[in-house]
Amino acid sequence: MTWLSITIAGILTYFTRMTMIVLVRRDLLGEKIKAVLAYVPSAVFPAIIFPAIFINDYGTYIEMNDPKIFGALVAIIVGYFSRNVIATIFSGLLSYWIIIFVFLS
Amino acid sequence: MLSKKQLFSRGMLDIAPHMLSVIPFGIICGAIGVDLGFNPYLVYAMSIIIFGGASQIVFLQLLSGGASSLVAVTSVGVINSRHLLYGAVLSEYLEKLSFIKKLLISYVVVDQGFAESNKFFKKNKTEQYLHYHLLGTGITMWVCWQIATLAGIILGSFVPEELGLKFAIPLTFIAIVVQDLKKLDHVIVMLVCGISSLLFFEAPFKSYILISPVIALFVAALLLRLKK
Repeated sequence: MTWLSITIAGILTYFTRMTMIVLVRRDLLGEKIKAVLAYVPSAVFPAIIFPAIFINDYGTYIEMNDPKIFGALVAIIVGYFSRNVIATIFSGLLSYWIIIFVFLS
Repeated sequence: MLSKKQLFSRGMLDIAPHMLSVIPFGIICGAIGVDLGFNPYLVYAMSIIIFGGASQIVFLQLLSGGASSLVAVTSVGVINSRHLLYGAVLSEYLEKLSFIKKLLISYVVVDQGFAESNKFFKKNKTEQYLHYHLLGTGITMWVCWQIATLAGIILGSFVPEELGLKFAIPLTFIAIVVQDLKKLDHVIVMLVCGISSLLFFEAPFKSYILISPVIALFVAALLLRLKK
């Protein structure tokens, strides 16, 4: 039963990936739609970022002094100026670790 | 004009930094699946059949929490529906590919690969073999995801939980969008999406991940109208 569910979930997922690539042709999308689609990264990724920072494992909002907020802010500043993915991830993790291991322990 | 090999390596290079968060996350995913009491083969098979990070964990957590298969499958479908938007964006650059090649390349379209390849495509529209960049990002993600989830399944969670490495996932996506903070319209769209995702977090089937981009794109359309 679980195997069947996984297979169906996999087929569904594959269809979400494949459908638009196969169906959409250039003349199908007007200039207006294309202009809106240019916002896709900005319109999708915050829906992954925000809950991962502001909602904890138990599904409740975190406190305003949570170390994840500080880590995210450091990552944003470092990322903005360094334009470097590794520096962004590392600075965020490091500042998060400093808070939880040095200040909160 | 870059060769196929050059484009493929460029894709690998562009996605490589994200492995800093993808690999620990993959290990965690594999370990959680086994911890929840599922057959290790089944947990690993998901990495091939579904190949979709967070949706794999959600699926197993729902089932182990007593949800019906229908709920679990629907949730995976809803979470991964964001790929529809990636496909719509990428279709412009993959138009010249044959039907079969489109079917094959679709399998490796993932968040970070889409983001990095899309950035590259925008700057290099005239390249002939652009899709090799997408193959480079996608196949790198695929290989690392397989190894990482396998490692998590076999070795268990050898990444100490106290490190909070799940936090690397939002950081990876911050790295992707951070340069767009220079543009006010993008900042507005990001805030609308982010705040909506918090407001609709409790919506059924994890549908916040679909609702918030739709609201944000609607706002983007309004902004475009205002700009004129």
